[in-house]
Amino acid sequence: MKNSLIELNNCGVFRNEKWLVRGVSIKVFREQIVTLIGPNGSGKSTTAKMALGILKPDEGTNLIQNNIKISYVPQKLSIDWSLPLRVIDFMNLIEKNEITNIVDTLSITGIEHLLYQDVRNLSGGEFQRLLMARAIIKKPDFLVLDEPVQGVDYPGEIALYKTIQDIVKNIKCGILLISHNLHVVMSQTDHVICLNGHVCCSGAPKSIIKEPEYIKLFGNSMDPTLAFYEHDHDHKHLPDGSIDHSH
Amino acid sequence: MFEDFLFRAFFAGIGLAIITGPLGCFIVWRRLSYFGDTLSHSALLGVVIGYALNFNIILSVFVISGLISLSLLYLQKKTNLPNDALLGLLAHSVLAVGLVTLGLLSFIRIDLMGLLFGDILSVNFNDILIVWIGGAIVLFLLIIIWRPLFAGTVNLELAKAEGLRPEFANAIFTLLIAAVIAISIKIVGILLITGLLIIPASISRNLSTTPIQMAIIASIVGVMSVILGLYSSIIWNTSTGPTILSVALIIFLITLLPLKKLPIFKKQTKLSKTANK
Repeated sequence: MKNSLIELNNCGVFRNEKWLVRGVSIKVFREQIVTLIGPNGSGKSTTAKMALGILKPDEGTNLIQNNIKISYVPQKLSIDWSLPLRVIDFMNLIEKNEITNIVDTLSITGIEHLLYQDVRNLSGGEFQRLLMARAIIKKPDFLVLDEPVQGVDYPGEIALYKTIQDIVKNIKCGILLISHNLHVVMSQTDHVICLNGHVCCSGAPKSIIKEPEYIKLFGNSMDPTLAFYEHDHDHKHLPDGSIDHSH
Repeated sequence: MFEDFLFRAFFAGIGLAIITGPLGCFIVWRRLSYFGDTLSHSALLGVVIGYALNFNIILSVFVISGLISLSLLYLQKKTNLPNDALLGLLAHSVLAVGLVTLGLLSFIRIDLMGLLFGDILSVNFNDILIVWIGGAIVLFLLIIIWRPLFAGTVNLELAKAEGLRPEFANAIFTLLIAAVIAISIKIVGILLITGLLIIPASISRNLSTTPIQMAIIASIVGVMSVILGLYSSIIWNTSTGPTILSVALIIFLITLLPLKKLPIFKKQTKLSKTANK
C-alpha cells in the first residue's frame, strides 16, 4: 500500500509528572479503519490528538501527510448557551457549504429535519449524528472519531457504524475510531489496538456473533456489523501502574 | 439645539457602538467579560506613560493594553489558574503599578474623572477620525479572522485539527479589544467601556438565533443606546457616558419581557417547518 496518512512512531505524552500514554505506534492508511479500545484513562483520546497534530508528542514522532483533509469528531463538545447556533451554522463551522450539500449530508445521519434547530435543543444522540455529519461533509482523507456513538440508541448505533463503513468505501478515507467498549468493535475494522497507557496488544478482530455473551447483550440479531475482538493479554497490570510480562 | 459639538458626539458614539457590538459578542461567547475590565484598568498605566513620554495617549494605551492581553494568553498556557483569577490578577496589579507610577511622576496632572467616565461632548474632529478609521480597521480585521476565531470559540481543538489557526486568531482578537479600549477612552472612559461591550451583546442574545444576527443586532442596539442616551443626557443634564449605559440597561430589561410572542419573532419556526419537507 502507498504511504500511510498518519504515522505515530513510539509516541508518548508526559503531563503533570506522569506519562499519559507511551510507546504508541500506529499507522493509518486510506480505506482502512483502525480502532483504539481500552478502559477509561488509557490514553485513547490523547493518542487521537497526537494523530490529529493537536498534541505534540514529548517523545517519538508523529508524521501527518501534507495537504490531507482531516476531520475530527471530539469526545466532548459543549456549546455555551450565550452562543446562538443552529444546526446549519454548525455545519458551516470550518468552511461554508452549499445548502443542498448540507441537507444531503444530514440525511445520511438521519437528522435533515433539524436543519434550523438550535444545537442545544438536540438530544445527545442527535448531537452525535450532527457531529458525524459535520465531519464527513468535506469528504476528509483522514477521519478521527472519538466515541462517535455515545448516547445513540442501539438501532442508531448500528446505523452509524454502517455509515462509517459506507464513508470509508465512498470517499476512500482512513479512519481512526475510538471506543471505550472492550468487546464490541466493528467487523469491518481492519486493525484493533488495545491501549492501557501503552499498547497492550493489537491485531485483526475475530467474529463471534454466536458467542452467548454477545447474544445475551444484544439479542439474537446476528447483525454482521458488530463483531468481537478477543483481548489477547500476555501481561498483568500491577496496582502501582507498572506492567508484569513474566508469565 | 443642534450644536456642532452634539453632531461630533453623535458621530463618535455611533462609530464606537458599531464596533463594540460584534467584539462584545465574542467577549460574551468566550466568557471574557472581565477581560474588558482588565484592559481598561491597565489603561491608566498607558495614560501615565503617554503623558510621561509626551506620546500619543491612544497609542500608548493601545501598546500597554496589547502587552497585557498578550501576557494573559501566555499566562493561560503557563499556569493552571482559571481565566477569572488571571484576569483579576492582571487587572489589579497593573492598576496598582499605574497608580504607583503616577505617584512617582508628580509633574503629571491627569483629569481622573475624564479618564474614568470620558467626555463625549468634548470630542473634536480628530477624535472622530480616530474612531471611524480605527473602527473600520478593527471591523475589517475581525471579519478576516471571523471563521477561525468563531470555530475556535466553539471548540479550539476541532478548529485546530481541521486546519484553521484559532490561536493566531485569538491573539489578533485580544489586540482588537485593546485597540477599541484605547479608542474609547475619550468617549465613554475606562470605567464604562466594558459596559458598552457587554450590554449590547447581552441584549442581542435575547433577540437572535444565529451568531451573525447576534453580532449585527448588538451593533444596532449599541447605536440606539448611544443616540437615546445622548439625547436624554442633554434633556436631563446628566453625564453622557453613564446615561448611554443606563439606556442600554433599560433596553436589556425590555428584551426580557415575553416579546417572542409578537408576530415578527415567529419567522424562525416557519422556516424550520419548510425545511422539514
